[in-house]
Amino acid sequence: MSSTFETVAGIIAETCDIPREKITPESHAINDLGIDSLDFLDVAFAIDKAFGIKMPLEQWTQEVNDGKVSTDEYFVLGNLSANIDKLVAARAA
Amino acid sequence: MRLEYFQMVDRIAALDPEARTVRADCVVPDASPVFEGHFPGHPLLPGVLMIETMAQTGGWLVLAVLRFQRMPFLAQVKEAKLRAFVVPGQALQAEARLLHDGSGYAVVAGSISSAGKKVADAEITYRVVPFPNDKLRAEMLKTARRVAVPEAFLDG
Repeated sequence: MSSTFETVAGIIAETCDIPREKITPESHAINDLGIDSLDFLDVAFAIDKAFGIKMPLEQWTQEVNDGKVSTDEYFVLGNLSANIDKLVAARAA
Repeated sequence: MRLEYFQMVDRIAALDPEARTVRADCVVPDASPVFEGHFPGHPLLPGVLMIETMAQTGGWLVLAVLRFQRMPFLAQVKEAKLRAFVVPGQALQAEARLLHDGSGYAVVAGSISSAGKKVADAEITYRVVPFPNDKLRAEMLKTARRVAVPEAFLDG
């Protein structure tokens, strides 16, 4: 997870011009880092490319809209990194 | 091209959803109200319309890959380079290659060439969403047939 988080944090720092030291596993991409939906598309593209996955953003958004999970599940970076690890593992399986 | 109607693509010349590429023919009209202002005495195809041409060409590719089940809307243009002037009557070939088919978004590399020389290129991102209504989807299918998108890619 830690190396995944490091990669994600590096992508966010570069893509969104946010100082790397402000980005922690507890950071919420929207509430804490102020990443808007367009910047998040850039982040998603870079993450998809870096890990060779297709993050199911539409499914995640639907789950949040349906009240099944809070945005923390996908936007707190430690959780996002764990979800990325699951997608990478599923692709390798 | 009918600039004042934002009809930038005349004809899809080649479309390969497996290879994720498209090529379109576009001829700049000899006359258009656009040229009255851009520029008086020195008519040029506006750079924003060159970008729109690349965006529409890539948009047809995304629509074909998704079999017209979702609609790509322009969200971002990166690294746009307008390398040469384009004038009335000039024949253009617009190309796009799908770089990534993401969840709810897509990214293409677009370019325009004329007489074998590249005149513009850009990386274009779309938000890809369900059609907001049936009318838009019907109109997109009608336009797809006008520009000769192969029938096999029109439904899913």
